[in-house]
Amino acid sequence: MANRLTQAASGVQDWFNDRAPSFLPFYRKHMTEYYAPKNFNIWYIFGVLSMVVLVNQIVTGIFLTMFFKPSAAEAFASVEYIMRDVEWGWLIRYMHSTGASAFFVVVYIHMFRGVMYGSYKKPRELVWLLGMLIYLVLMAEAFMGYVLPWGQMSFWGAKVIISLFGAIPYVGDILTEWIMGDYLPSDATLNRFFALHVIALPLVLLLLVVLHVFALHEVGSNNPDGVEIKKGPKGNRWSANAPADGVPFHPYFTVKDLFYTGCFLLICAFIIFFAPTFGGLFLEHDNFIEANRLVTPEHIKPTWYYTPFYAMLRVVPNKLAGVLTMFGAIAILFLLPWLDRGKVKSWRYRGTGFRVGLFVLAICFVWLGKIGAGPGTDPVETIIGRVLTVSYFGFFIFLWVYTAFGFEKTKPVPERVTSHD
Amino acid sequence: MRTTRNLLGSIVIGMMLIGAPAAMASSAEGLAPANNSLSDIGSLQNGAKLYFNYCSGCHSLNLMRFSRIAEDLKLTEDQVMQNFNFSGVNFGERVPAKMNPADGKQWFGAAPPDLSLMARAKGVDYIYNYLKSFYLDPSRPLGWNNTVFPNASMPNPLWELQGLQTASFAPAHGDQPAHFEKFELHQAGSMSSEEFNKVARDITNFLEYTAEPAALKRTSVGIWVLLFLTLFTLLAYFLKQEYWKDVH
Repeated sequence: MANRLTQAASGVQDWFNDRAPSFLPFYRKHMTEYYAPKNFNIWYIFGVLSMVVLVNQIVTGIFLTMFFKPSAAEAFASVEYIMRDVEWGWLIRYMHSTGASAFFVVVYIHMFRGVMYGSYKKPRELVWLLGMLIYLVLMAEAFMGYVLPWGQMSFWGAKVIISLFGAIPYVGDILTEWIMGDYLPSDATLNRFFALHVIALPLVLLLLVVLHVFALHEVGSNNPDGVEIKKGPKGNRWSANAPADGVPFHPYFTVKDLFYTGCFLLICAFIIFFAPTFGGLFLEHDNFIEANRLVTPEHIKPTWYYTPFYAMLRVVPNKLAGVLTMFGAIAILFLLPWLDRGKVKSWRYRGTGFRVGLFVLAICFVWLGKIGAGPGTDPVETIIGRVLTVSYFGFFIFLWVYTAFGFEKTKPVPERVTSHD
Repeated sequence: MRTTRNLLGSIVIGMMLIGAPAAMASSAEGLAPANNSLSDIGSLQNGAKLYFNYCSGCHSLNLMRFSRIAEDLKLTEDQVMQNFNFSGVNFGERVPAKMNPADGKQWFGAAPPDLSLMARAKGVDYIYNYLKSFYLDPSRPLGWNNTVFPNASMPNPLWELQGLQTASFAPAHGDQPAHFEKFELHQAGSMSSEEFNKVARDITNFLEYTAEPAALKRTSVGIWVLLFLTLFTLLAYFLKQEYWKDVH
């Protein structure tokens, strides 16, 4: 019996090999013969988790588009129609809205991991750049998705964010009008954002994710020790030429990721079923009021994942300078591989200055996020926000000076990875 | 050893995630908690009764169908059609206001808003306190004001139950503007203040339900999902241990 099954399986395999000889090597290259360092720790699950969320967003998004009406007159009511009259519509919608926030949670942690362990450094600069592009597209994708329910915060958030383009000299006003297709966010804006949100940007996102993973698999994964396992000794249980400290991605990391995905889904399910608005953080109170261009909400603020940048925009007194600061905060991340001249990758073996600097950067980001989510009326908070903004940029300048002029005192990096689960 | 650390790490991250909304959800200060409960079906039914008797004349529930209310609140079609439906629309239709919005605008200065989502937009504590905070104010066009929503154009529909109350304000002092101190009962209503608190709480409860009817079954489904995921994660954990036991 088993013999017959094996025969049948190898028959199917031969059938594919005859017709598409490159499929199997492709699968091997990326799964069973992709050797990932065995010392990955919990920080290394967030790449897979972001892929899980991406799939969730696409699948739930497809179902939402079946009932959502992309017009200013109908959008708000159609979302509530999904929440009330569509069978399990509320679940699909909460999975999508929670997924949006979860996406940023895992992406932010994933990026922070990259900085902690120096995953952006040679030879992985391209992986980092593609990842940053994903982050940029993701922000645009989330922004446009947020406009679609056409609540008060959708409308006023869109108005504020789009008006940022108005700060560009000469073409600003024409540009904002061109983006909106009107003088205010309107039916035309909603309709085009729908098109961009459900097809244009997801296509770009998927392409970038594929390139990000391919680029990673070309050079191999970094690890918590920042040791290049490809440069270490060769030969493991599975292959004589593979890195000794590598383990096949499938099945070892697929089962590990399955477990962590389970943990992650537990947290997500808890939010979806027991706190879907997440205290007004994932679904904001004002967005349960339909968009009304005659009534301005008391506090216009973007969703939590933009608030660090929004805070930077607000604490800078000049609008154009604020916009430049805000975009600069993202742009400077692209330059990280070239600003950091240090050869040691992992913070385990880097100088104290780097560890402290990274800690300060994280505090600045979170604190700015808190300020950006607030009303922005407290003058003391504005001054704190300025200090934090300067510190945020200061980290990158410090990092360059610290590493380019030899101030960093690193510890010896081990030859092999030190541990594993 | 490292597994334990990783598990602890995930728990910490999880707790941070769960703690964040509690930290962010600082509701408007000074509001007494509504303490309503969606699992109290009697309170929901009473809230619906009160809503349709005292609120639905002016306010619509554009997102709620009579049939859905009957189903969720365990009422029969006849009960709902005879006691709640004053507009003569069909059982499957949405709850309109008896009053024409244009008339409302003319009579009160603003058309009474639809209340379907009010509990999600303003919070239950806001509604509970709003219903209890009407007071006599001769300076207002209809003689009513409200401390939770100052200069609201809405008169107190529940005055027969609550009675009439006046508000005393501490006078403006230096750069401190005049602020509300306390209510005084000017003329007793048909209910004690405890009984009236229950009225306000039940209406609030009903409006929390209309804001998210799915909330009635969301949590009961959620428990099964969490149980399934726990089992799944546990099995995945043993699978992972099995594979990784001979990686050194």
